[in-house]
Order: sequence, then C-alpha cells, then structure tokens
Amino acid sequence: MKEFTRHDGRAADELRPIKMQVGLLDKADGSAYIEQGRTKVLVAVYGPRDVHPRHLASPEGAILRCRYHMAPFSTEERKPPAPSRREIELSKVIREALAPSAFLSNFPRTAIDIFAEVLQADGGTRCASVTACSLALADAGIPLRDLVASCAAGKYGGRILLDLDSVEDQEGEADLPLALMPVFDEVSLLQMNGLLTEEEFKEAFNLALEGCKRIYELQRQTLKEHYAAATRITEES
Amino acid sequence: MSLKIVPDITRARIWDLALKGKRTDGRQLLEYRPIRITTGIIEKAEGSAEVSLGSTRVLVGVKVETGEPFPDTPDEGVLTVNAELVPLASPTFEPGPPNENAIELARTVDRGLREGKALDLEKLVIAPGKRVFVVFVDVYALDYDGNLVDASALASMAALMQARMRAYKVVGQEAIWEEGKIPLPIQHTPVAVSIGKLGNTLLVDPSLEEEQTLDARVTISVDEAGRICSVQKGPGCLLPSQVLEAVSITKDAASRVLQQLKEALPAA
Repeated sequence: MKEFTRHDGRAADELRPIKMQVGLLDKADGSAYIEQGRTKVLVAVYGPRDVHPRHLASPEGAILRCRYHMAPFSTEERKPPAPSRREIELSKVIREALAPSAFLSNFPRTAIDIFAEVLQADGGTRCASVTACSLALADAGIPLRDLVASCAAGKYGGRILLDLDSVEDQEGEADLPLALMPVFDEVSLLQMNGLLTEEEFKEAFNLALEGCKRIYELQRQTLKEHYAAATRITEES
Repeated sequence: MSLKIVPDITRARIWDLALKGKRTDGRQLLEYRPIRITTGIIEKAEGSAEVSLGSTRVLVGVKVETGEPFPDTPDEGVLTVNAELVPLASPTFEPGPPNENAIELARTVDRGLREGKALDLEKLVIAPGKRVFVVFVDVYALDYDGNLVDASALASMAALMQARMRAYKVVGQEAIWEEGKIPLPIQHTPVAVSIGKLGNTLLVDPSLEEEQTLDARVTISVDEAGRICSVQKGPGCLLPSQVLEAVSITKDAASRVLQQLKEALPAA
C-alpha cells in the first residue's frame, strides 16, 4: 500500500521545514525570526523599560504587552493594516501563552513589549509567533522558567495531521493550536475550532504536544548556535 | 476583568475547600449554579433571551437583516456575534468600544455557534453571492458574577432558537416579505462549559471570586452529540492530563445545560 502523503508531500505527523534565527534586529533588545513552511514571522522585544502610560505600571512586576499583527501584504487579499478583532484576540492569547514563562516579578514598575509581525501568512501564524516571541524574550535576556514552544494539529480530509498549512487549515475540519513549556509539561496556549469527537481531540492534542516538543529542540539549538557564534567572535577580538 | 477584588482570605478559603472537593457556595465541583432561561423579552428583536447563572446575568438580542455574503462563502448567510461588557454589569467595566476581553468573549461564543453549526447558513441565502440574511447576535452582560462565557453562549443559543423572522419569498434577487413569522434554520444546539483549575482540582462554572483565584480556565463547546466544536483557554497553565480530563467532564455538564435549554424552549 502506498504511504499516505499530504498535498505538499509531508507525512501526517511531519512538521513543515522550519528555520529560526535570533538577534537579527539592531535596535530591539531581543529579536527572532521564524519560517515555518511559507509562514514568516519577525518578532522584536523591547524592555524591561519605562511604562507609558504610567498608571499601567505594577509594583508586583513587569507588565507584559504583546501585539500580534499581520502585514497588509502577508495574505492573498490585502489585509487592512488596522488591527482586526482576530488580531486583538490573538495578541491576548499569545501574551497569555508567554506570561507564565517569564520571571516578571524581577522587574517591578516596568513594561516588556513584544511585537510580532506576520510577514507572510500560510497557516499556523499564531503558533509560529509564540515560538518566535519566546526566542526573542530569551534573546532580550529576560529570565525565563522555560521556553514556550508552539504547534498546531488538526483534521483535514478525515485525518489527524500535524502543523496544518493554509490550504489544510481553510479546507480542513478542525484546527487545534497548542503551546507547551516542556520542562514543566504545562500547556499555556490551547484553542480549537472545528468538529472533533473526544477520541479525535485526544489524538490531535497528543500529536500537537509531540510537535511542540520537536519545535522546542529547534529553539534550543538555535539559541545555542547563536550564542556559541557570539562567544567565538568575542574571543577572536 | 483582570482587576483583583477578592480578598486573600477568601482566596485561601476557596483553595482549602477545593482540596476537600467543596466550594464556598456549597456546590459540588462539577455542579452549575442555578440556571434560569427566559426568552422573548425584547419584542422588537427577532429573538431574545436572558440567562442567569446564579447572579451572573446576560441578555442576548437577535436581529435579522439582509446584506451581502462574505466573498469566500457566497452560498451562506452571515452570522455575527458581538459582545458588550456594559458598565452597569461590574465596577470594573468601562464604557467605550469593546476591549480585548469583550472581543475574546464574542469570538468564543461565535466559534461555538459557528463550528457547532447552530444555524444552517445555507438556508439563509436569497441570491447566491449577492444577497443573504445576516443574523446579528448581540450579547449584553448585565451582571458579572463570573463565567460570562457559558451564560453568553447559552443565551445566544436560546435567543436563536426562540427567534422568529418575517416570512418571505424570493423574487428575482430580492426577498419579498409575506404575512407571518418563521423560525431560523436551527441545525444543532452547541453549549459552552467553562472549567477552572485550582492545583489538581477541576471545577465547573466558576463564580467571580473563584475565577479570580483560579490557576487557569478553559471553555469547551460541545454539540448535542458530544462532539467538541471549540476550545478556548484563558490565562494560566494546565497539564496535558487536565486538558483531557476537562474534555471528558464537559460532556456530562453540557448534557445538563442542554436539558435546561430544552425545557425552556420545548417547541424548538
């Protein structure tokens, strides 16, 4: 029997090709870039820095602010640049996915601002954003309990698949984005839309967990390589 | 909704009780507060319903108008959900355009109804690609004592089931109104169940003081067959095993909510 392959040639439990990079922006305190298939997201972190407006500052720790935004040219039809209701909701869930990972209480009365710009959207942009945001926080030197790795699973053509692209997402039966802090085995982002039986949900959930763990390894590798290179440059000079 | 107005002593008590499987208001962990559903209270709306969960109260009005379909779904009517956290509902709600909490609430309710196929949108088409019916579901929070999501989803479903639009016939590309009223094309009845996590304990339908004490909250919508149609986690973290436990709790809790809905709307 012929092995099942998806429209882009992947196996059911295969991630798209992923490229990650950190520290690529000059002015930001931390930055990261991710390509997951044709999805491209660039993230900058500023902070800890002064809070404006001042009344938002908290004596209990840094406030974490996050803006998820899609570039007007990132989609098939031009996306108006003003934040849509979807972008406002996703900014909130991404912030909530990252907040438990950072030691915010170390920086009272400050703000940490995260800006995620989707340069090209081809499915899985919120997950790619979470993955890149976490890398950028690490690159900014914010102390973290763990990295947050994110990946979706879904159902398309009756099958449970890992890491849906836009074709599979738009024509599919369900999508389940997930984010995980692997060291603590804690789920910090969980959404689902579509229609799944309890069994199918379990299968998709476990597959997405597996995807998060693989992405986590790539994140660690990216940071290690970046800092190993940085150390070499320092030693040579 | 993030403003902490619960004293530490109350939070400690909620924790202590949860460890013993109890709650401050005497409920079981998996028990809803008393649910009351009243429908047809706004005569000018095609459909309306007020739902109370304990002292949380939500009013939903349904309006039906004609409009253009979305370009990517020319053969479907349009369903639009909006939520207003009206300042009269809580000292922490402020007037102004919907903030991220109101937007998340509306989108969570919307996903439950849409993915659970509450309405058969294909039956709301007048002229494919040109003219369709637009069903507006407007959620109004009246009194916020926790778990607005479940109350809003239930009130929205009840209002859609109770709604009666003017009868019409299609002439050319327009709908011509006729005598009488017809129900909306209801297909399924999804309901939302919110589950809170306190340490290792899961509880259903958190009250306001519980909501502000929780480690995490997740809302799961299921249809009448128990199929999962939407999930939305709020702030906080859950263990993977707790996510699966929450999913299995949902079915039972949802069937009890659904029972209430059927009793309130026997004809639909």
